[in-house]
Amino acid sequence: MALLEVTDLNVKFETNDGIVSAVNGVTFNVYEGDTLAIVGESGSGKSQTAFAAIGLLARNGHATGSVKWDGQEILNLPEAKLNNIRASEIAMIFQDPMTSLNPFLKVSEQMEEVLTLHRGMSRREARAESVRMLDAVRIPDAAARITMYPHEFSGGMRQRIMIAMSLLCRPRLLIADEPTTALDVTVQAQIMDLLRDIKDEFNTALILITHDLGIVAGACERTMVMYGGRIMERGTTEEVFARPTHPYTLGLLEAVPRLDRREDVLPTIPGEPPDMLKGFPGCPFEPRCPMREPRCATEIPPLERLTDTRVRACHRTPEDVA
Amino acid sequence: MLSFILKRLAVAIPTLLILVVFSYVIMYAAPGGPFDTERTLPPEVMANLEAKFGLDKPLIVQMFNYVWNVVVHFDFGPSYVYKDQTVNDIIAQGFPVTLTYGFWSFVVATVVGMTLGILAAIYHNSWLDYLAVGISIGAQVLPNFVMAPILTLVFTLWLGWLPGGGWQGGQWQYVIMPVIALSTSFMASIARLTRSSMLEVLNANYIRTARAKGLPMRRVIFRHALKPALLPVISYLGPAFVGMITGSVVIDIYFSTGGIGVFFVNSALNRDYSVIMGITILTGALTILFNLVVDILYAWIDPKIRY
Repeated sequence: MALLEVTDLNVKFETNDGIVSAVNGVTFNVYEGDTLAIVGESGSGKSQTAFAAIGLLARNGHATGSVKWDGQEILNLPEAKLNNIRASEIAMIFQDPMTSLNPFLKVSEQMEEVLTLHRGMSRREARAESVRMLDAVRIPDAAARITMYPHEFSGGMRQRIMIAMSLLCRPRLLIADEPTTALDVTVQAQIMDLLRDIKDEFNTALILITHDLGIVAGACERTMVMYGGRIMERGTTEEVFARPTHPYTLGLLEAVPRLDRREDVLPTIPGEPPDMLKGFPGCPFEPRCPMREPRCATEIPPLERLTDTRVRACHRTPEDVA
Repeated sequence: MLSFILKRLAVAIPTLLILVVFSYVIMYAAPGGPFDTERTLPPEVMANLEAKFGLDKPLIVQMFNYVWNVVVHFDFGPSYVYKDQTVNDIIAQGFPVTLTYGFWSFVVATVVGMTLGILAAIYHNSWLDYLAVGISIGAQVLPNFVMAPILTLVFTLWLGWLPGGGWQGGQWQYVIMPVIALSTSFMASIARLTRSSMLEVLNANYIRTARAKGLPMRRVIFRHALKPALLPVISYLGPAFVGMITGSVVIDIYFSTGGIGVFFVNSALNRDYSVIMGITILTGALTILFNLVVDILYAWIDPKIRY
């Protein structure tokens, strides 16, 4: 059975300029020990999909559809009920470690409260467990440094602290929202190594939200590509990277710089990201798609299942794209 | 931290001296003097009076004598207008009064203002938010010279619950109305500041982290959001506290409390030089002191600030 079952998820934001449909009809499952990458550019709805699932949308956001955790519906549950699942079952780490930790509280205070609240530990037990977890994410001299404030750590160290904090209750699912975007390339690699080790050690399922295809390949078994709030295609990472069946995936892969070829101009996808205020009668990628047909502008391509592992949403056939 | 406080207190001395010089010069530059009355005094009488108060000496000598008396004898001199009263007497009598109603005004304004502001931010765009914003705008546009008559009309004339004026050593019945009249507009400012600052903090990434940790809303607000949200409010509270404990001329006149608020205006109108200076120095010293208190509170709240 799936741990997390997302069915026909829609997220809309009411803004002063109108309704923004950030996520449209997104459906996917995450299984025990699974690793799923959600890939897409800014505004593709990848982060909002995750926020909606655990009720962290901004105030003006509204989600419809269904999100089941362990078979129980959790979408739009009251905050008090969701709080039992957050951190203890589904934990999250965020993009910017500089601003995601509270600058006014010691690291120890921010970590211990998770354990005293969800696990009913005493302060002393919570401290010991927090130090153990900081050791596990390779913070040197954790016992002494845990009483420091976040600003006394570097960006990479802070992301390690975030990861340690998210793992305190041994959650069954970890959602990492662009965990390396704000970090140096070398630090990125360390954090990704750490996430891989942690995933194996704690047998945690992982949803990795990113726009960086480079970190997906080594970290995730499955990949889901999103654009304009919709799923473009999904499959095992190997399938998606080796045999993309969607023109958008193809464009993304071609835009990754390669060292084995001499290139004077880096290929890009022409056009601009979609204006989510407008809404699309057809495929959101249609205006930028090199393979578009007339019906792409008027008909939303349905999600079609190719194999057990593979789904795609495109009017062209996989053979056309390949 | 201690060396920071000592340094700041040391800087306060030249600051106060500059304040004295400026006030002295401006005061003397203003036309008129303490002994100008409707009837013109004979020149001999005028000369005698000026000699008695040392006004015949050059400005620089007067200023030096004044500072000497203040620093060495802590003597702010006699009032030029109120016979047989020294400035020390006036402050000793009036300041405890304004300190009392000012302090309670501060407590009321802070507690009510912050509560309203926090509630409005938590329940943003709900009826509670609109009510809180409505109350604070209402309170802000009601100046104390409107509040005071309304209060006496309701509580003294109609209901007969509270005395319309007087002080009686600060019995509570006499304190209530001055406190309400003085605190409303401060309360409104604090509420609006708290609300906007809290709204900003609630959108911060670390608040989203706190919510993702499954903390109950109460804990998110009080443990994670309150400290950062209160920083801008605290920097307002320092000067506001001084403003309240030095009283208000409207309150003192309207409720006949006998506070020093009334001397702020009267001493300037009467050219009562020594009283003007005494009250200026008192307010200046308090302002310096409570800005220091604000800075200390900042360091206590924000771990990034260390002196």
